[in-house]
Amino acid sequence: MIDLLTDPQALTDFLSTSLRLSIPIIFAAVGGVISERSGVFNIALEGCILGGAFGAAVGAYLIGHPVGGLLLGVFVAMMAGLILAGLAVGLAINQLVAGIAINILMLGLTSYLARLILGADATSTLPGFGPIAIPGLSAIPVLGPVLFEQDLLTYLMYLLVPLSWWVIYKTPWGLNLRAIGDYPVAADSAGISVPKVRLFAVLASCAMAGLGGCYLVLSQVFVFTEHMSAGKGFIALAALILGRWNPIGALLACLFFGLSDAMQLRLQFNSPDVPYQLFSMVPFLASFLALVVFAGKVRPPAAIGIRYERGGK
Amino acid sequence: MQGVIRYFYVFRPVWAVLLALFVGSGLILLAGVSPIAAYGELFKGAFLDYWGLAGTLVKTSPILLAGLAVILPLRAGLLNIGAEGQIYMGGLFSAMAALLLPEMNPWVHVPICILAGALGGGIWGLIPGYLKAYHGMNEVILTILMNFVAINIVSYVAGGPMMQEGAPYPYSEEISEGLWLPWIMPSTDAHAGVIIGVALAMILFFVLRYSTIGFALDMIGKNATAATYAGVPVKPYVVGVMFAAGAIGGLAGTFEVLGLKYRLYHHFSPGYGFDGIVVAFLATVNPLLAPLAAFFLAGLKAGALVMQRVVGLESTVIEAIQGLVIIFVAASLGLKYDAQKWAARLMRRRKRLDAELGDTFQPKVGGDEI
Repeated sequence: MIDLLTDPQALTDFLSTSLRLSIPIIFAAVGGVISERSGVFNIALEGCILGGAFGAAVGAYLIGHPVGGLLLGVFVAMMAGLILAGLAVGLAINQLVAGIAINILMLGLTSYLARLILGADATSTLPGFGPIAIPGLSAIPVLGPVLFEQDLLTYLMYLLVPLSWWVIYKTPWGLNLRAIGDYPVAADSAGISVPKVRLFAVLASCAMAGLGGCYLVLSQVFVFTEHMSAGKGFIALAALILGRWNPIGALLACLFFGLSDAMQLRLQFNSPDVPYQLFSMVPFLASFLALVVFAGKVRPPAAIGIRYERGGK
Repeated sequence: MQGVIRYFYVFRPVWAVLLALFVGSGLILLAGVSPIAAYGELFKGAFLDYWGLAGTLVKTSPILLAGLAVILPLRAGLLNIGAEGQIYMGGLFSAMAALLLPEMNPWVHVPICILAGALGGGIWGLIPGYLKAYHGMNEVILTILMNFVAINIVSYVAGGPMMQEGAPYPYSEEISEGLWLPWIMPSTDAHAGVIIGVALAMILFFVLRYSTIGFALDMIGKNATAATYAGVPVKPYVVGVMFAAGAIGGLAGTFEVLGLKYRLYHHFSPGYGFDGIVVAFLATVNPLLAPLAAFFLAGLKAGALVMQRVVGLESTVIEAIQGLVIIFVAASLGLKYDAQKWAARLMRRRKRLDAELGDTFQPKVGGDEI
């Protein structure tokens, strides 16, 4: 690990790996913030990432262009969001149950349909987004190539995180969203439609998580593999709690997880005689410990997880 | 009439399953296979054949126990998504007790292995239970993260310290034959785990229904604040019920090791802990129905392999159908029987029919059986 301090190239590589590993989680965590701010737990982030990845692969495969993958990926994730909203907001089923149901459905559905659609081509490389260096900025030593020699989706993330912060905290729409998450009765009596705002929040949330899935396929590995979300949606849930349900906070927490993930990969690579599983549990252990250490200080949206029925008890 | 409608509502998980299978047949059609042939082979292979039935029972054991591990805390309003991790820790602890302890009489050693497995799973339930009760943390996210930690711990142990020398992939030494669980169907893999699971389901049913513990848990689940005021020690109950659930989940892993695999393999559970969640809702959180739900789900999984072999349909379709099952069952549980609404609806219909018939007969108000 010493070379990170002495060799700028090694440091650049390490930091860009960290960023790349955190991007899918960032998309999902910020998406989770939007939904949870409106009072809907989105345990289905994992399924939405998977749906996004699946849609991205199928879209890119059928259309032959990554933008097709991007559109289909976001669409599939939003369909998952529609089911979640239908169950959790429409039918007022326990939000966690609905989310888990969607995760199980997406896992099975994407595995089956991927074998059906991609079939023998499942291992061939799909068209994806390549890195675009931003002139000037990418020349900054160390951080330049890390931040500004990335692909389209990374730049989209740079745009969406501040944008969602701005929407949540600085616009009337965001005020409605937060009001519904904290005290839906008051919001309802002020004339805001609780189900409608929650529906939009869940759809936006799943679309964001879907982008995370698109990133996995279109910018990282260029193939779809079964269950490739591999728990990223759950780490995103931990990150948004650590980030105090704030997009910027969630971003920072995700960067921390990305850093710990990159660290464990380096350790895996540098110590081949130690079973790698000892290292691959690091991101989950780090999420768990971070949650435990910061426990007791968190204040989730007051009405989260509680179903809202007009005139209900 | 209303009685009939109410019965219809009671069986809504059954209708939901049928609907899910119907929608699933659309998925099967996508692959160009006849759904009738596929389902036919699936159910024949799972339930109507001696070997198939044994295969179903083998899978029933962990799915049932995982289901009970979800049902028990759910009565107190706690969602245990950690059954998968508890299965792994149970398997790990029982394998360690079987392989690392000095040789002794099986009558002593087997119970020790089982208790060790229950303890391993129990610890994996106790930790989130404690953090939930005393630090108000969300048990769902904690148990999910702990699943991944447990899976990796088992992979590490099976691929590192306990790995059999020269094994092609991570697994431990074989445990001695004296510790194997007895079989329940001759010359098959079906082992006694499923019997213990059913017995445990019965015990849980009586405990939850007729004991103060069950009453306290239901009270915590309905309204924890009210339970506190009524003098129920809520926090210890939360910790205790999560420990017990973890222990049951641990048994699922224990019986996989002692009854079926006889070694500690890495990734030895293909998501049985998550099947447990499906079982819990399919059984409408009733332990008495859990064996039935688990048997059905295990049949789907065992039959899927037969189906793949005979009609050449990808067995992953069953995972998709299982997802549909839980979505439809969850949705169906959201539809509550509303006596007033149905009474009004039936009354309107009757009046309209009467009007159409030009009958002067006046319907008795509320004359129908409720």
